[in-house]
Amino acid sequence: MGILEVKGVNKRFGGLQALGDVNLSVQENSVHAIIGPNGAGKSTLLNCLVGKLIPDTGSVMFDGQSVLGRAPFEINQMGISRVFQTPEIFGELTVMENMLIPIFAKRDGAFRMHAYESVQSEKQVVEAAEEMLEEMNMADKREMHSASLSRGDKRRLEIGMCLSQQPRLLLLDEPTAGMARADTNNTIDLLKQIRDERDITIAIIEHDMHVVFSLADRITVLAQGTPLVEDSPENIRGNPKVREAYLGESA
Amino acid sequence: MLGLNKKDTSLLLVVAALTLLAPFILNPFPEGSAMAQFNAGYPDLMQRFVIFGIFAIGFNILFGLTGYLSFGHAAFLGVGSYSAVWIFKLFTYNVLPAIALSVVVAGLFSLLIGFVSLRRSGIYFSILTLAFAQMSFALAYSVLSNPRFNLTNGETGLQVYADDPQWFHRDGLPDLPHLFGLSMRSTYRLDLGAWSFDFNAGYYLCAVVLMVVFYLAIRIFRSPFGMMLRAVKSNQQRMNYTGLNSRPYTLAAFVISGMYAGLAGGLMAAMDPLAGAERMQWTASGEVVLMTILGGTGTLIGPVLGAGFIKYFENIFSKINDNVLHGWFAFLPDGMEDFVVAIIHPFIGKGWHLTLGLLFMLVVIFLPGGLVEGGQRLRNWVRGKPKTENTSGKTEPAE
Repeated sequence: MGILEVKGVNKRFGGLQALGDVNLSVQENSVHAIIGPNGAGKSTLLNCLVGKLIPDTGSVMFDGQSVLGRAPFEINQMGISRVFQTPEIFGELTVMENMLIPIFAKRDGAFRMHAYESVQSEKQVVEAAEEMLEEMNMADKREMHSASLSRGDKRRLEIGMCLSQQPRLLLLDEPTAGMARADTNNTIDLLKQIRDERDITIAIIEHDMHVVFSLADRITVLAQGTPLVEDSPENIRGNPKVREAYLGESA
Repeated sequence: MLGLNKKDTSLLLVVAALTLLAPFILNPFPEGSAMAQFNAGYPDLMQRFVIFGIFAIGFNILFGLTGYLSFGHAAFLGVGSYSAVWIFKLFTYNVLPAIALSVVVAGLFSLLIGFVSLRRSGIYFSILTLAFAQMSFALAYSVLSNPRFNLTNGETGLQVYADDPQWFHRDGLPDLPHLFGLSMRSTYRLDLGAWSFDFNAGYYLCAVVLMVVFYLAIRIFRSPFGMMLRAVKSNQQRMNYTGLNSRPYTLAAFVISGMYAGLAGGLMAAMDPLAGAERMQWTASGEVVLMTILGGTGTLIGPVLGAGFIKYFENIFSKINDNVLHGWFAFLPDGMEDFVVAIIHPFIGKGWHLTLGLLFMLVVIFLPGGLVEGGQRLRNWVRGKPKTENTSGKTEPAE
């Protein structure tokens, strides 16, 4: 049984069947990619996993517990972190503060009235944040406003923020969308490093086949809201059905 | 000092010096001189500076940190005033229980209003708070002042009458709000040559309270809680996906700022034991928004400066009348003099709001970070530094 089990999920928007009977099993400590053409329902599926959308039918189990009906912050507290297509960070705050917030959230839970002690007096949290910034190679940018970071650095910061919470499942929504080749390669290297060094399961939605084939252990191909096939990267590459539905000219 | 870093400590010391020495600072001109009308060092006005400073500091905790713009904070101020006057009526003229109750009642009231209003954000939140405040105003003005159940005394305003019980009032205590016998109106007047300075007990009570709540505001700004509030303003989406529930954070900020407003209302009643519904009107709510923006949203000292600025000009401009103007421009030829006075006339006296509006527009357009940004620019200019990116409208919350 996988760490994330999606069974019979349907989602309808008016007349549009966005997801039709999606079954998906993500194995612990693997990298599972979900690919598919535009409008295949990848983002809808992801939103069903993190509590942004609730499927009409079906179940989504994380580590034996249902995530359905829980708010995004509760799902995060269960151990699922999400990286967005456009980096979602606290733009007005410094890089350091961006890193502190998830660590506080991990330690103190969804809400804590922690209004008298100063941030700096929380030595352990500050140290943990500094370590994470070192790991992301961003220690020299700690006092910068995060809005003024480059696109690639924003992505690194966001991934670092997610990792600082030691999630069991990391969801990535097109992490290299709109990036230059160099930034894309950096991100791939970073994700490889995360995969190899940490006890973490990664589920990734991606357009860029280069990214998918360099990272994934398993690939699910979605087409028109339904999983077409699920297999290892080698078999996906050779699968004629996949070529026809999606890879087509690019493979 | 007091668990603050060096910069915050010096900021606190500056505020302490300004408030404690205000009777000197605000009375720079000798009494009886032509400039004496620009003096602001009389007790009534100094009390207002400080009380509205407290109100604005609290408002800034909500608006400056979380970005939620409340248009109904005057309701909490009004509720605080009414609570305090009720203590005066029923129990005692001692101001401590009155102020304590006004904070508590305003806190509970803001919990209720915040719980409902914070279901929405942005403009909808603002409108909801505005609606609640106007409802509170209507309640205070008419509904809750019928003969059978008279909580607010309607148009007249709630005040202490001779036949009120005042159970804990003893003979020998002043028949006015007092602090363990020290009347809030007792004033010591120091005459130094042509100058005279007033040291008023009520003012110094307010000043001490201001320093305490300013200190607490610094602690909140520097705390993990304060950082979370800034995270609410910056990116709620990321916050929710980081395992944080933004609702209780905003509600806590709302209640804290409501309690600051209640404290201001309680102090207002302690300085002058009456409470009227007009304190809750939307213009009063708008005023604290202006103070905060004018001073510098999200900065520590900004709201205090904004409150002082507005209250000072309100007072000075509304005192100037045509006679004073004629005195100033007497050196001009007759026709010119009348002409100039006629031009300026709409901006003074009752028309001082026009002046305020112009000043506000100038500040918002040229100094988006408020007076604090003005101060920063001035400092940089004096030191000969080139313009920094600070002028982009994003003020450093640190100042």
